[in-house]
Amino acid sequence: MLGMWTFLITEVLFFGGMFAAYAVYRNMYPDAFASTSKFMDVVLGGTNTAVLICSSLTMVLAVRAAQLSKRAHLILFLILTMIFGTIFLVIKGFEYHSKWVEHLVPGFDFQYDEPRYQHNAQILFFLYFAMTGMHALHMVIGLGLLTFLLVQAKRRIFNENYFAPVEMIGLYWHFVDIVWIFLFPLLYLIGHRR
Amino acid sequence: MSAFHVPIPKVGTLVAVWATLIVLTGLTSYVSYFELGEWNIVVALLIAVTKASLVAWVFMGVRHSTTLTRLFCVAGLAWLMILILLTYSDYSTRNWTYQAQPWSTNKAAGTSR
Repeated sequence: MLGMWTFLITEVLFFGGMFAAYAVYRNMYPDAFASTSKFMDVVLGGTNTAVLICSSLTMVLAVRAAQLSKRAHLILFLILTMIFGTIFLVIKGFEYHSKWVEHLVPGFDFQYDEPRYQHNAQILFFLYFAMTGMHALHMVIGLGLLTFLLVQAKRRIFNENYFAPVEMIGLYWHFVDIVWIFLFPLLYLIGHRR
Repeated sequence: MSAFHVPIPKVGTLVAVWATLIVLTGLTSYVSYFELGEWNIVVALLIAVTKASLVAWVFMGVRHSTTLTRLFCVAGLAWLMILILLTYSDYSTRNWTYQAQPWSTNKAAGTSR
């Protein structure tokens, strides 16, 4: 378990580097960054936040079921967690697609409707794709780990004396949720009231 | 394995935390529609930190964890703070020395050749 926590600290610093870059560039170009909020879909972003919170609940219920040797509940909650994770990625995919259609992907014919922010807004969109992209990659890896747990649960590996893998992958899943909890306000809510 | 003696969480507690997280998500979205100047980011980050703490404390089981695990959590946060605070304080203060004062202008005082 402590090994998983150690790994998560390295992950905190991995994402922390991108959050630091975000803080620096936001400080340099506050107006350009705030102007990007009208291109972020708060409804989709908020829905995804809620979806991830639901997936964290089902994940912690899966751990609980494993601790109590309730195999049927464990399998049910693992599947629910995977469904929520998949919903998140599908919604994220729709958001990426609309960014592509609106020419908001940096480096690929990026066109911004406020010419004075053409360059500086591109930095925000670069950070947006880097941060949400790395987050989505973590989600995909998490789904792979959950599939592994599901197979093991079906093989009756887990009982009240052996459930450490469920706990550890649960920790990873909650960590990925926490990253999104910070990404949502910083990327979606910075300036859409203007 | 250290996990053996961890008390099993109550479903009611977990659902209550889940409901709080959902409410806080709605709250942070709602507040962001008001113009609060500098306070928008402060409120957004306070709510985010509260949510993250709830997830770590209850869902990740820090409330029942060993002192060593908690020490690891705090160490992770401390390093993150060093990373962000030092980087940010460097960049955000670079233009404070707004007027250059080259030493060669001391000619007027006769201290330079």
